[in-house]
Amino acid sequence: MADPALFEFLHTEMVAELWAQDPDPGPGGQKTSLLVLEGMGFRVGQALGERLPRETLTFREELDILKFLCKDLWVAVFHKQMDSLRTNHQVQAPLRLPGTLLCPQGTYVLQDNSFPLLVRMASGLQYLEEAPKFLAFTCGLLRGTLSTLGVKSLVTASVAALPACKFQVVIQKL
Amino acid sequence: MAVCVAVIAKENYPLYIRSIPTENELKFHYMVHTSLDVVDEKISAMGKALVDQRELYLGLLYPTEDYKVYGYVTNSKVKFVMVVDSSNTALRDNEIRSMFRKLHNSYTDVMCNPFYNPGDRIQSRAFDGMVTSMMIQARRGKESLVARAPGAWSPEEAAKGGAEDL
Repeated sequence: MADPALFEFLHTEMVAELWAQDPDPGPGGQKTSLLVLEGMGFRVGQALGERLPRETLTFREELDILKFLCKDLWVAVFHKQMDSLRTNHQVQAPLRLPGTLLCPQGTYVLQDNSFPLLVRMASGLQYLEEAPKFLAFTCGLLRGTLSTLGVKSLVTASVAALPACKFQVVIQKL
Repeated sequence: MAVCVAVIAKENYPLYIRSIPTENELKFHYMVHTSLDVVDEKISAMGKALVDQRELYLGLLYPTEDYKVYGYVTNSKVKFVMVVDSSNTALRDNEIRSMFRKLHNSYTDVMCNPFYNPGDRIQSRAFDGMVTSMMIQARRGKESLVARAPGAWSPEEAAKGGAEDL
């Protein structure tokens, strides 16, 4: 099916277009382009957050929402599931109950070992500096979906070696 | 028969509220406002219950002497409230559920519209049309039961019309 390719091509062109219009290749201009991409992803994420969840209220806790992101959202957009979801335990609660998930700070690391938007570029360390711009839209996507589901968050992405990338989601407690 | 439909945002302000007949609008606005408390109560009760599947449809929120109020909440905590006239043949649960499902689908379409900013009042004509069809369908159903002069419909006139026919 041609569907995954359509989105990949569109995304490539979006990044290329936003970067081409940049007269100032310095850090200031780059930041605006990244913000624009992230903003686009945010709005798309908001709409997807409304359309995708199932007919029943199944989000009882944050972890459920994150699992939804890793499975349903990733499958809908990239036709594959996220490879791993980990939490960063930053214990601030005074009481540690055995058997409960300790994550009061709410930091999650979503890892994708072969991210579709990066898979076509390289496999290894080549083009490592160019990778962040291709992740901005997806960061916005995650943030937007979380925001529709009622979770305020900050999403950043990091690449150690293409095409594996990690998205770090920090949930901001109000 | 739906006489008032309201879409309430997560932060409990109305995104869309429309009622027929157009006089006495304030009464319906007030009913929707008071029903929000009941909605919140139901949501928190569901949260505490250890049921795996929780329904989006909340059911009858509270009945008054003339109207019944139904509620529905989405995964993004957007609430739909529908005020239904209880004087006629009682609408079955299934019909109310299907009306809410149509509302939910239309709301999702509005959300996906790039010209709509989440949090704004809903001004989409398509959404308007869908809500009108829900209300008019009900009106037409009622008019076929009792012959009445065409014109503005209101509960007082309906009572008068019913008395005259007898």
